[in-house]
Amino acid sequence: MEILTFKLALIFYFAATIIGLIEIFRESKGLSRLILIIAICGFIFHTANLIVRYYAGGYLPVAGMHQASSFFAWCIVLIFFFLEYRYKIGIMGAFILPIVFVLMLSSSTFPREIIPLSPVLQSFWFNIHIIFAFAGNASFAIAAGVGLMYLLQEHYLKAKRLSGLFQRLPNLQILDEINYRLITFGFPLLTLAIITGALWAESAWGGYWRWDPKEVWSLVTWLIYALVLHLRVAKGWRGKKAAVLSIIGFLSVLFTFFGVNLLLRSLHSFS
Amino acid sequence: MTILVLGLNHKTANVNVRERLAFNGQKLDEGITKLKALPEISEVAVLSTCNRVEIYALAKDASNSLDSIKNFLSEFHSIKRDDFDKALYFFSGLDSVRHIFRVASSLDSMIVGEPQVLGQIKEAFDFALNKKTTGIILNRLMKNAISAAKRVRTETRIAENAVSISFAAVELAKKIFKELSGKSFMLLGAGEMAELAARHLLNNGVTDVKVANRTYERGCELARDFNGRAVRFEDFHKELVNTDIVICSTGAPDYVLKKEQMQKIMKERRYKPVFLIDISVPRNIDPDVNSIDNAYLYNIDDLQEVVDTNILERKKEAEKAEKIIDEEVGKFEKWMASLDSVPTIVALREKAEEIKNEELEKFRNKYPDFDAEKMKAIEHVATAIINKLIHPPMAALKENSADRDELIAVIKKLYGINGDDTWERKNGE
Repeated sequence: MEILTFKLALIFYFAATIIGLIEIFRESKGLSRLILIIAICGFIFHTANLIVRYYAGGYLPVAGMHQASSFFAWCIVLIFFFLEYRYKIGIMGAFILPIVFVLMLSSSTFPREIIPLSPVLQSFWFNIHIIFAFAGNASFAIAAGVGLMYLLQEHYLKAKRLSGLFQRLPNLQILDEINYRLITFGFPLLTLAIITGALWAESAWGGYWRWDPKEVWSLVTWLIYALVLHLRVAKGWRGKKAAVLSIIGFLSVLFTFFGVNLLLRSLHSFS
Repeated sequence: MTILVLGLNHKTANVNVRERLAFNGQKLDEGITKLKALPEISEVAVLSTCNRVEIYALAKDASNSLDSIKNFLSEFHSIKRDDFDKALYFFSGLDSVRHIFRVASSLDSMIVGEPQVLGQIKEAFDFALNKKTTGIILNRLMKNAISAAKRVRTETRIAENAVSISFAAVELAKKIFKELSGKSFMLLGAGEMAELAARHLLNNGVTDVKVANRTYERGCELARDFNGRAVRFEDFHKELVNTDIVICSTGAPDYVLKKEQMQKIMKERRYKPVFLIDISVPRNIDPDVNSIDNAYLYNIDDLQEVVDTNILERKKEAEKAEKIIDEEVGKFEKWMASLDSVPTIVALREKAEEIKNEELEKFRNKYPDFDAEKMKAIEHVATAIINKLIHPPMAALKENSADRDELIAVIKKLYGINGDDTWERKNGE
């Protein structure tokens, strides 16, 4: 049941990714709806998988790289649905679902056993810290996807290449607005994740801040997004610059998420 | 019976010929009545626009009616047949159906995909309908032409992209800004094309309008026209800080807006996007302005290129549209075919009624004082018998089977029904 639901979710996300790529690279009308429907199917199985894991493990299924990647992807899809409902951009799915699929694919390469939660994680802080962190990261992921859409559209407008994908991408202002909204949504969440993390660290390890690689890279990420917001408000860094920065910010998120766990030794190696 | 189209358009005739053959106002009224009066023609409608004149008709015989329509045209418009004969095209049968569908779907237009022609076709047929010059065939044809055109419109992107410079400008603005309402707009200079583009922007909800003209009085005049306000030309740089869309068309011999100036303006407007359209020749805005972040500069050639690619795009979509037209022609063909059985069905029913009435009459003559109540019952029985007897052949006729033509012939022979003019006679009345 657990494996089946995961595989089905993976397959649906894969299908959505392929159709998304077709929509981006080929002239075609009306694929956005199909992507959305397939993504909903994937999301249903994905949610079922998380529920199964929750009952089997007895905790929010986010410990270990397999669960963490999967949960990360799940948060992205959830926020994507909300944005699609709110803004109806259509082609956005073609840019977001590939991110989801890659996360799920990487999740599938990690050991999938449901292990009991290690004692150090069995804390009141666990759920709060995790939800803040993942919701924040997920909105940064989508901000990066929307940022990429902005850069493409901006390039087409400047270079005056006005057929094909240009026609299917929405206007610059809405892309910039969504990008900004996502960062203003994600930034406080990341801030709260860091604060709750520090409080938790104090109660678990006896110190708020230990310059652990995960902490350091989270701080780097936080600084990047703080800079994005500061420059926009203070200097009018909107549009292209904001889009580029949001992509850089997401690279930092990815490194914090994967790089630190896989390359550096970290106290956070359990998640 | 065949549908036929005789006409000329912008491709086959120059405006000299087109205007001489046009049916305007009173002429249409008169012309369509005279056409209907021609003995060869049973239904007729006339489309007359600035790009085409076409006569749609239902006629017994294509070549005869062709000749008499041409004679009519020559006489009616007092123009020698030789003067317009070469410009005419002629279709009959399904080719004419296809032609009408293509015209309605704007595939035959000068600018493929333009929306006006469908309205003109509707008007032409409505006029004919009011004058009672059309019947079931042409009315059905018009209905199908309209639905074919609508399918083409919704299922292809034939009408999606702007094919005029001023529309292209509006379309581009909509790719930069979320909505145009509430955006502020400045017209720099004047000129026909600039004013047209300005009107399109206003129609799309641009609210704050400023006009800067070298001659302040002219600027005031234009500003009144656009419901905006005039700005002194020397001040336009300052105004740019609060302007989102600019159309520039001054007669200046060189740049009135340089990159350095625009950079300063952008900084002051905190890099809020600005869309600059420079349609002046020589150019009035430094082309390097386009390299500034969030400033989008398009000149007249850029816009023309947009228009050209859009026209190409429409041609690609036109291929998809042709397939839809094929399907719709097929549907109409089926409907026409189903019509063939109608006269036979009617004749068969009439024949049966005739037999029934004849026999009942004989019975009444034989028993003049038969109980009226019982007579009614006998009549009912007779009706029931003939209905049951003719039901199977009727059902077979209504069915769309492949061998229906044969079936029609066989049924006619078996029941002794002669001729197939029943329906024509009715329609000709």
